[in-house]
Amino acid sequence: MSKMTLEELRNLREAKKKEAAQRDTEGKDTLVIVGMGTCGIAAGAKDVVDALLDELKKVGNENVIIRQAGCMGLCHVEPTVEVRSPGIPNTIYGKVDGDVARKIVRQHIVDGHLVNKHVYDKPAADIIEQ
Amino acid sequence: MHYTLCDCVLDLIQNSVEAGSSLVLLDLAQSSDSLDVSIRDNGCGMTEEELKRATDPFYTDGIKHKHRKVGLGIPFLVQTVSMTDGSFDIRSEKGTGTEIDIRFNLDNIDTPPVGNVISLLYQVLCFQGSYDLTADRSLRTGSEELSYQVNRKEMLDVLGDLETAASLGLLRDYITSQEEDLH
Repeated sequence: MSKMTLEELRNLREAKKKEAAQRDTEGKDTLVIVGMGTCGIAAGAKDVVDALLDELKKVGNENVIIRQAGCMGLCHVEPTVEVRSPGIPNTIYGKVDGDVARKIVRQHIVDGHLVNKHVYDKPAADIIEQ
Repeated sequence: MHYTLCDCVLDLIQNSVEAGSSLVLLDLAQSSDSLDVSIRDNGCGMTEEELKRATDPFYTDGIKHKHRKVGLGIPFLVQTVSMTDGSFDIRSEKGTGTEIDIRFNLDNIDTPPVGNVISLLYQVLCFQGSYDLTADRSLRTGSEELSYQVNRKEMLDVLGDLETAASLGLLRDYITSQEEDLH
């Protein structure tokens, strides 16, 4: 890849926007939150974001919003990914690696089915204990 | 310790953003035997006492998670440099900000790999919040030094947002092209 200029980057973004406008608004209302506190990063959250981007590009669903949050309290099952998608309850996935991230894109975001084995809903015990 | 040095830096930048910084400066200067990292932020900062406690793995401020008893971000840094002959210096002032200078010793066999600089640089630009961040990256090979700079505000202006998969993907492509130019 030759060194990209800011102008080239701007043109590519414009082209993407036009392409997205023609393809309807697929994925526009889907939000994916990746936990990136110390725990998430230590468990591989950086690679999870990379895998999500790769797969969303592959399935042509790049309107999805990805947010990097801090620790969500599920340190014992990091990396964690929360998906908020229309028509499916908000879901927190734990122990997500690159393969699981790709599965979340295809199975949850595209097809609307939960990736059951990785659904987690309770924070770590040291947070909920009184 | 973190799996890669880039993970360690990402963790520290996440601290800066979470400390409410409006400006973060990151410098990554790499040569054949060292990776020098400097981080400057104007976040909430720490008192001398808080700074001392921040290096203790069994301390956290408890603001975010009330019952939590561990905080590992800075202890991971301390562990990494002390096990591998590196060095670090943290200076902080309450209400003003924090400055961190680190030298990772790439010659020590126990030093974790540098890791993925491209992912580090696009991800430090994409935390939530209205902060600005400038990252300077340089690589010295022999007597030649090549460098590039990325700035969050500039990227926001060019891409329109830093949260859709489309923008993040293009940002990653842009940084990849800058990084490849160094090698």
